[in-house]
Amino acid sequence: MSDKVLKKRGKHQPTTLLNIFRGTDASNTKFQTFEVPFQSGASVLDALIWANENLDQSLSFRYSCINANACKECMMLVDGEVEYACLKRLEKQVMRLEPLPNKKLIVDLVTDIVPPKEKFLTTT
Amino acid sequence: MDFMTTDVLIVGAGAAGMYASISAAKSGAKVILIDKSLISRGGATVMAQMTVAAAIGHQEADHWTHHLADTINSGRGLCNENLSYLLCKDAPEKILEMRDWKTDWANDDGQIRQVMAPGHNVKRCCYVDFLNTGPAVARTLRGEVARQSNINRVSGVTIIDLKVRDGKAVGAIGLNNETGEFVAIGAKAIVLAAGGLTQLFQRNSASKNMGGDSHALALRAGANLMDMEFVQFFPIGHLAPRLVGMDPIMWDPFRYKLGGHLLNNKGEHFIESYGGADGEAYTVGRDLASYAIIKECEAGRGSPNGGAWLSFQHLARNELETAFGPIIQKLFENNIDLTKQAIEVAPIAHYHMGGIEVDSTMETKISGLFAAGECVGGANGANRLSGNAIPEAFVFGDIAGQSAGSHKDVKRNFTPIDGEKMLSTTFDQLYKQSSNKTVSSEMTSRKLLSKLQNIMWTQVGVLRNKEDLHDALLNIQEIQNDMFPKIQPSPGTTFNPSLMDWLDLRNSLLSAEAICLAANGREESRGAHQMEDIPTTIDSFMKNQIVSLSSGQLTTIWKPVQRIKLNLGERCQIKF
Repeated sequence: MSDKVLKKRGKHQPTTLLNIFRGTDASNTKFQTFEVPFQSGASVLDALIWANENLDQSLSFRYSCINANACKECMMLVDGEVEYACLKRLEKQVMRLEPLPNKKLIVDLVTDIVPPKEKFLTTT
Repeated sequence: MDFMTTDVLIVGAGAAGMYASISAAKSGAKVILIDKSLISRGGATVMAQMTVAAAIGHQEADHWTHHLADTINSGRGLCNENLSYLLCKDAPEKILEMRDWKTDWANDDGQIRQVMAPGHNVKRCCYVDFLNTGPAVARTLRGEVARQSNINRVSGVTIIDLKVRDGKAVGAIGLNNETGEFVAIGAKAIVLAAGGLTQLFQRNSASKNMGGDSHALALRAGANLMDMEFVQFFPIGHLAPRLVGMDPIMWDPFRYKLGGHLLNNKGEHFIESYGGADGEAYTVGRDLASYAIIKECEAGRGSPNGGAWLSFQHLARNELETAFGPIIQKLFENNIDLTKQAIEVAPIAHYHMGGIEVDSTMETKISGLFAAGECVGGANGANRLSGNAIPEAFVFGDIAGQSAGSHKDVKRNFTPIDGEKMLSTTFDQLYKQSSNKTVSSEMTSRKLLSKLQNIMWTQVGVLRNKEDLHDALLNIQEIQNDMFPKIQPSPGTTFNPSLMDWLDLRNSLLSAEAICLAANGREESRGAHQMEDIPTTIDSFMKNQIVSLSSGQLTTIWKPVQRIKLNLGERCQIKF
């Protein structure tokens, strides 16, 4: 993974640096920095959606409902605290995003939150 | 390739899918209930705020025929009245069944509270809590689903295509999102309950999963869609300031309870000048309110972000707190003080009246393929009555589940399906499309989804015209034919968002094209389909438009509206 900060060229506006855990190996802590526009009142999830669309289509995180805090899928660590990304406000500073530590890591910010009884199991 | 078999496969696990799974299981069938997100959490149900319409008559004398009359009136002449009839007749027993299953409908000593909502003739709308009806309903159904031993729940599998053989639905292929592996499911009957398509529009109240999956799956399986041009725009979606942790539909219950003032940038009430009545009563229909706000914006009288002002500043703080205590606190956390400021609201895509064409058993024209919930077309005609979405999910879910569970093919042996072959056929077809156009190497499915949302919002939105609709169709076909085939999902197996986006885009393009085609065909204004250049409703268009897919081409035909045979006017003594 490159050390280069992922950002959009030619934009001069307030930004936030998101330092995001990447990869599928929980013991190999790799972080990648994404520069995203800072907008007052925006959520961390807004910034992740922007980064996924504009900087790296492989950046992985879970969400469904976007705004309502109803689906409860976007839970992650923000600066070491468990937060819903849709509720946590973006701050004008570096923010560190990591997957939930007590769940099995799948990739990036995605952990295994599917209940064991809801897994696809081959039956034939 | 992983493989599962079942009697009934249900695609989508919101209220309709969960109700269908319970009813199918009770009829003795083995059920797989599958969702691309998490069971009960990924769709519209969990986001529903408040109103559930049903003529239980706990507050005022009521009868389902009155609910039916209101539904049909609201549908502006296009309701499939056989479906509206089922919705209204069965809604009361579903509300009470949900109560038996421990949904805590707001009540006074067992009398369920019901409130007035626009378009209803009496207090008819039940709720659990002002902003939490959806989560409560989802929780109840999730619990009931878990109690049925013959329902196999599967979260995190995206259904890619349905398999139809000899005119019968026999299975599906999907992507296991977490593992990145493709899966196949053999089934004797299938229920599509994967919700609506309002995510296709830039301003919306949808979850990420509501981009027209049901409609695209149905079309490719050979089923018909109807009334696709009718998208309901909720007039007062939250616009500004940025508000997190709240659904953008949240101002609806505020208006039910407190009225509020809808104002233009001159501080004037304006709904009245468009022939509606607003003020404290909140009785104006959704289509008229959306129209009025857009027109005010066009006349330069909109709010700064392109909407209208909604003000509760005339109310005392204690009135607000008595009505909405915890929510007033949540608004404070968002730096919003309703006693000191108005907020900006604007129309947002909220519900889709059109959808899959079904008969009264919820079966499509493909044997063994059923549909339920918002993805079904017809019951709400050209404009949905508020409060009808959740009862529709319950009632149609129940009927679809019973029909699928007792379908004649459920007693047969499986038709084996070759998942590998089906998958390679699907992908071969996608990649064999070629185009001379070049596409930027930076172009992604996610960017094209945003581009599509922009086209749908600006050219196929609240107010339409012939020229824009025509352009929109060409723009969408260009993405479909020239750009989509050049997009490659990024490699990777586990939870690959670019592959999921790519599958979403494939469905969204087809569903968006179906809406555009139907909107181009309806050369009049009716209900939610408002044409600026043809502002009148034309009697000869009082008919349903059917969209189907054959040899890769979408085509439309017209069908007469299905009228009900009951003499309702006499029965409930009200005038249609």
